[in-house]
Amino acid sequence: MSVSVRIPTILRTYTGGESEVTAAGGTLAEVLDDLDASYAGIKGRILDEAGQLRRFVNVYVGNEDVRFLDNLATATPDGTQISVIPAVAGG
Amino acid sequence: MSTVVAETTTPSEPTLREGAFGHAKGLSCRECGHAVELGPHYACPECFGPLEIAYDFPQVTREEIEAGPANIWRYKALLPVPSDIEQSPNMEPGFTRLLRANNLGRELGIDNLWVKDDSTNPTNSFKDRVVACALSAATEFHAKVFACPSTGNLANAVAAAGARAGIKTVVFIPSNLEKPKQVNSAVYTDSLIAVNGNYDDVNKLASEIAGEEDGWAFVNVNVRPYYAEGSKTLGYEIAEQLGWRLPDQIVIPVASGSQLTKVDKAFQELIKLGLVEDKPYKVYGAQAEGCSPVSVAYKAGVDAIRPVKPDTIAKSLAIGNPADGIYVLDICRRTGGAVEDITDDQVREAIVLLARTEGIFTETAGGTTVGVLKKLVETGQLDTSLETVVINTGHGLKTLDAVADSVGPAATIDPSYAAFAATGLA
Ligand SMILES: Cc1ncc(COP(=O)(O)O)c(C=O)c1O
Ligand SMILES: [Zn+2]
Repeated sequence: MSVSVRIPTILRTYTGGESEVTAAGGTLAEVLDDLDASYAGIKGRILDEAGQLRRFVNVYVGNEDVRFLDNLATATPDGTQISVIPAVAGG
Repeated sequence: MSTVVAETTTPSEPTLREGAFGHAKGLSCRECGHAVELGPHYACPECFGPLEIAYDFPQVTREEIEAGPANIWRYKALLPVPSDIEQSPNMEPGFTRLLRANNLGRELGIDNLWVKDDSTNPTNSFKDRVVACALSAATEFHAKVFACPSTGNLANAVAAAGARAGIKTVVFIPSNLEKPKQVNSAVYTDSLIAVNGNYDDVNKLASEIAGEEDGWAFVNVNVRPYYAEGSKTLGYEIAEQLGWRLPDQIVIPVASGSQLTKVDKAFQELIKLGLVEDKPYKVYGAQAEGCSPVSVAYKAGVDAIRPVKPDTIAKSLAIGNPADGIYVLDICRRTGGAVEDITDDQVREAIVLLARTEGIFTETAGGTTVGVLKKLVETGQLDTSLETVVINTGHGLKTLDAVADSVGPAATIDPSYAAFAATGLA
């Protein structure tokens, strides 16, 4: 299953400057593993030592924050758009 | 002459003017302390934590501050702005009135109560403070576009400040926003974008655009560290207006939680700089029940904030995923305060209460704050013998509909004395 992942500026050093990359996996966890296979180290930036999403990163599957879905177990059907975005405060 | 060079993401990034950010010496991650050079950066490259301004403060005296202009630039030595900031066109917000609220205090049973009324800023909310600092940063970074995602007030402030500074603005709001807030942006800019979704959706979109477009300064995204410092001036002013001392208790509305954390930062800086005496103070956060992720976490005694889908009339506070929420929890717990929430009906009642006791017409955010103050008293969470400040962050004319059905003529009569006498008001 091929998905598209939007990469935030601070992680583009891992993707050679690419802002959008493709990855494979049926769940968000699998997608992150696959991403890490292509861009070594990137998963450790998104997840903390306990393997959970870092506090200040928001991950969206489609337009939904995965914390409203099944977190890392969220399904990522073929063609899904995933976005990794730093949390920002002030509105 | 030495020049400060921004951390280069693109080789073409222009050199920064010396002293462009005053006494700011760099950016520092609030979570892990990682240092980043001054630039339009906002997320820690190590842990995604928020980057904050780190300073090398000079010795500032009360007299120097008091000799400054009657706006936020009197505190320019403590902000990331150049010493010639008054030379650039800006809205000159701040130094709003601190009103003694004896009538409201009597009503609530609080001996010594003040309202810091920020509804009198140029675009009628506290957001003019943060935008003024963001505009300075955007200018120094040679930004082409001044932008923001907003719950309404920020859009008003960005659109107006951008117009005055002659920089193109693009502001993004949820499409279901109160009509007056839409008009108050659209009048200043032809680029108001209404997004089908809530603030959190708008925020996501803005973050994605910020990652793609060069030369765009999103005030609360890529120039957020500079922007957020503007809220410190609320804390400085309250202390100065009280005669250079801190209040015992302060009640502050919480959306993203940025303002509350910066008022606390301001109090801490004033203590450190010796401008006020060190003393304990309690910070209380106010939310509306329909969007109360921080209050819920506070009451549950947990450190993690579970995001929510907002549903409240307090749209300016309707951020379901508050990035600074965990810091609000830290501060309210550390100082012995609390975070509380109230219903939409209580928000409406509090708007009318403040208007009828103090002659101040607040928007739903202020209704939330005053209503939470009332609830804190009723539930025994607030010591009514201590000096208390409540912040009114926005003007009621922007959310007229919230109370339009609850207030109106006491009677509709024919123009005759008899008809008037019949009302019983004679
Ligand atoms: C009137 C008003 N008060 C308070 C807030 C909350 O500010 P913060 O996001 O810094 O918590 C906002 C906007 O977000 C606002 O518009
Ligand atoms: Zn960090």
